[in-house]
Amino acid sequence: MTDRTEVSQTNEPTRNEAALLPPVDVIEDANGITLYADLPGVPKDKVSLHVEADTLTIEGEVALNLPEGMEPSHAEVALPRYRRVFTLSKELDSGKVEAELNQGVLKLRIPKAEHAQPRKVEVKVA
Amino acid sequence: MPYRALFPRDLFADLDRLQREMQQSFDLSPNIRGLSRGFPALNVGGTPRSVEIYAFTPGIDPASLEVQIEKGVLTVAGERRVEAIPDKAAVHIDERFAGRFRRVVTLPDDVDSNAVEARYQDGVLHISIARKETAQPRRITIQ
Repeated sequence: MTDRTEVSQTNEPTRNEAALLPPVDVIEDANGITLYADLPGVPKDKVSLHVEADTLTIEGEVALNLPEGMEPSHAEVALPRYRRVFTLSKELDSGKVEAELNQGVLKLRIPKAEHAQPRKVEVKVA
Repeated sequence: MPYRALFPRDLFADLDRLQREMQQSFDLSPNIRGLSRGFPALNVGGTPRSVEIYAFTPGIDPASLEVQIEKGVLTVAGERRVEAIPDKAAVHIDERFAGRFRRVVTLPDDVDSNAVEARYQDGVLHISIARKETAQPRRITIQ
């Protein structure tokens, strides 16, 4: 009984533009899920989060301050875009996603829906 | 009986897409340095006046980054700490790099190791090293 609220993932691109797949960490606790994604080079206004039905799409555009006339000689980040698509479990409340971007790391907090929150049941002694 | 096409609508476009997806998921871009991909990823470029190096180091305290130039070799080192995992939490995906890192780049001969500028923004360390004045192309007037 481990996979109660998996964030299963599909890598199917939603659009035709090629994009890099950013590395992520997904941690689940009793009240929800925390997702960290590495999006280096993406400023705050170039991140887009899209929740539609049960899919969450993270997209970011890399905006580097390139000097004029620069000739690239070696590139490991070869595309100026990141994208990753996740399928959210029904237990998660996709309307209450909190996001923050700090130095290229996107942190998402998705709480579990009310009915999926853990509850303590009092045992009455008769 | 329903009509069914014998071939996909555009076979070549589909093959192309398949190849692109494979390449991305395995990251097999042709590279003279082989498959080794360390952390941080580096992009290097140059202009006639400078050498530009971009190290993709998201979520790092800039104070803990060490940038060193010695004998024409640039070293970028540091440590990335990841937030502690709370009790009773389950880690479903763990892909992000954590720990100490070091990457070394040999610089071209014509750089001036005293004219270095390093800036950290949006998780990218940008190091700009000027080329020596004497290496700049000069026009020689004929008497």
